[in-house]
Amino acid sequence: MSKSTPRPIPPIQNRQRITIGISLLVVGLFMLLVFTRGTQPGQTATFGMNITATSKALTIPDLVLPVQPALYTFIVITVFLGAWQLARGVKSIGWLVGIVAFCFIAAFLIWATKEKSFNLVGMLSSTLGRATPIALAALCGVISERAAVTNIGIEGIMLIAAQTSVVSATITHNLYLGVIVALLTGGLVAGIHALLVIRFKVDQIISGTAINILGAGMTSFISSRYLEAHIDQLNNSGTFKIISIPVLSNIPILGPIFFENSPIVYIMLIIVAVMYVVLFYTPWGLRTRAVGEHPKAADTLGINVFLVRYINVIIGGMIAGLGGAYFTIGSVGRFDQNMTAGKGFIGLAAMIFGKWNPIGAFLSSLLFGFADSLQVKMQILSVPIPSSFLAMAPYIVTMIVLTGIVGRAIPPAADGQPYEKQ
Amino acid sequence: MTEDKDKKDVKKTEKAVEKHGSPWVDNLLMPALAVFTGLVVGGIIVIISDDTAIEAWRHFFSAPGTALKASWDAVITAYSALFGGALGNPKTIIAGFQTYFSTGDTTALLKSIYPFTESLVLATPYIFAGLAVALGFRCGLFNIGAEGQFFMGALGSAYIGYSITGLPWFIHLPLALLGGAAAGAIWGAIPGYLKARFGAHEVVNTIMMNWIAFRLSDWLLTGPMKASGFRPVTPSVEATAELPRFFPDPLRFNWGFPLALLFAFLVYWFLFKTTLGFEIRAVGANPDAAKYSGMSVVRNFVLVMTLSGALAGLAGSAQVLGTDHWVGQGFSAGYGFDSIALALLGKSHPLGVVLAALLFGILRGGATNMQSVARIPIDLISVIQGMVIIFIAAPDIIRWLYRLRIGRTEQTVLTRGWGK
Repeated sequence: MSKSTPRPIPPIQNRQRITIGISLLVVGLFMLLVFTRGTQPGQTATFGMNITATSKALTIPDLVLPVQPALYTFIVITVFLGAWQLARGVKSIGWLVGIVAFCFIAAFLIWATKEKSFNLVGMLSSTLGRATPIALAALCGVISERAAVTNIGIEGIMLIAAQTSVVSATITHNLYLGVIVALLTGGLVAGIHALLVIRFKVDQIISGTAINILGAGMTSFISSRYLEAHIDQLNNSGTFKIISIPVLSNIPILGPIFFENSPIVYIMLIIVAVMYVVLFYTPWGLRTRAVGEHPKAADTLGINVFLVRYINVIIGGMIAGLGGAYFTIGSVGRFDQNMTAGKGFIGLAAMIFGKWNPIGAFLSSLLFGFADSLQVKMQILSVPIPSSFLAMAPYIVTMIVLTGIVGRAIPPAADGQPYEKQ
Repeated sequence: MTEDKDKKDVKKTEKAVEKHGSPWVDNLLMPALAVFTGLVVGGIIVIISDDTAIEAWRHFFSAPGTALKASWDAVITAYSALFGGALGNPKTIIAGFQTYFSTGDTTALLKSIYPFTESLVLATPYIFAGLAVALGFRCGLFNIGAEGQFFMGALGSAYIGYSITGLPWFIHLPLALLGGAAAGAIWGAIPGYLKARFGAHEVVNTIMMNWIAFRLSDWLLTGPMKASGFRPVTPSVEATAELPRFFPDPLRFNWGFPLALLFAFLVYWFLFKTTLGFEIRAVGANPDAAKYSGMSVVRNFVLVMTLSGALAGLAGSAQVLGTDHWVGQGFSAGYGFDSIALALLGKSHPLGVVLAALLFGILRGGATNMQSVARIPIDLISVIQGMVIIFIAAPDIIRWLYRLRIGRTEQTVLTRGWGK
């Protein structure tokens, strides 16, 4: 094939181009019809750029945007991108959708805050906090599924670890010990999952479901049998103090968001980076991916498939255990029944949305955390959209991603299948 | 030489028999042992959480008898409270019948059978939801979304039940049931369609649909469907939409239970006596083979998920129209998730599902009594159910525990990874 002849676009890509182009135009039209309605020239929206008075960050003036010009800017960008996609097609669909999503969210925020004031940095800062357990759950999923073990028991693992960490931290008065206990419990429960699916070849989804039911049952049992009667002795650990990183936390906007956090948040960020490097730049990562894509080939090359799977699932469990600890000693200092409230499942969604890549999983967790904290803030702003609909957004987005219309999410080839040694 | 060969052949046959196992072992012995082992694990937890027993175990070496007796007492107290609370006391039931036959007074009789009928009431949604999951399994589909479908079904039925007035019952009740089934069917059909059309895995999508259902219900129950008053609940359904009850209050036993049995029979008939049912099972057993023999795998996926959703929706309908008459937050209360355990325990066969549902109904029915009498938290039931799932799904554990050498069947893999 010579370089100069342009390749004809296959019809399937053609259809995708038109679908996405039209969808973007619809989004633009929606923004035009809904967000600009009732706006008057001269209205402004005020966005707070300082988190609290106690924050170490340098104070900067609030962002005051004129509503109409700002809205029309974002609408024009969206419509232009939609038309461009429809007419010519864009190479990177991900970027296109990302920019339009940003425009949409920005326009939405401006519309919601018109004539009001809204602490933007405060929300972004709580976004990272809310994203942390989701990201840890997603990272647990990434590392297990890269070795082809699906783990839908993350929710149960997080619940159990949340409980053990707070109880041990309360008894020993040592929060760091609580974290270690959470890691150990997470690893242990995930180890049971690994044993069931690798040694006993239990269906991976069923094993995960059993762990979820057991986790909810055990923790509620212990909670009502012991914790409720002895709150101070067993279920009142206090929480980690927020650690401000010197110098960096003084940066306006970025400082309060990234550098004034609970230690678990920093650990999560480190895990994201380490896991990315390990998965893609070390022999262990190569082995893991080989086991996940083609276990038989990996086995032929002398990789111990079972060992790789055990270790990855257990490490994943420890990460999820850390996520569990975040619920208790990371944020409220006590255990409540079923307090994970589906974050483990959202983590799975983030993993898929992030295409089984640690950084992707982290970024999608941020998006889901953003939707979560936006939903809480929307109730304060009394927006005429029920907050429940915003809370649904992550799930709907995940389902759309799974259809493969916008960016195909391809799991590791052997994901979910038991390996039979021959 | 020939003798050796003969011996080898005999061994081979033996192995083959071992491999295929007998249906009795597979379908009755293993589930029974799984339930028994689950109850044993539950018993151990009861002992661990019993203060008297733990105190006695501290002095195990000086008085081993006391420790064993205290443990035994704790377990017996808990389980007799559980099963007594679920089935009623046989003596009072007999006495109730005697009073009824001698004097015609039903008060004592109704009081004595109350626990048992209550267990049947609790088993009713379990039968529907279990059938829903079982139907999915038969087609190789894992419907984790029964919980959400249950919730949507309940909301659908409740809406038709309270918003339409002035209809005779023989129109209103079927309409309300149909509304529930339709709401559940939509909730099941969406993941089914997405799987058929785009290959998106139904496990993820049904989980997502669950959470969408919960959030949607948050909104519906605090907004459009909220009854007047503070609590986020729907108004009560009209009397014409209720599933009639057999006995006066407080007995809640109603036509939902016979209806559930009817549907169990219908599902059996559909799966095993119709061409479509055969196709569904063929697709479940081997989608490739089914495809090459001219069956539409894609169509069957959508069909089964729709029917499965409808059945789970009917579980919600039965609960709202027969038992509660209104829907509140947390209405589904784990029915959908438990039904996965139930379908596995019943080996995805309608009869097995009915039996397993009765067991779960009994466990759930007695749990409250166990909590009040023996002070064991209700959640012990979830632990037992979780253990039962593991033992059913990993028969090797049961075989190892009881040194069984029979019934070594090939394990079926239900799920095939996310993206396939």
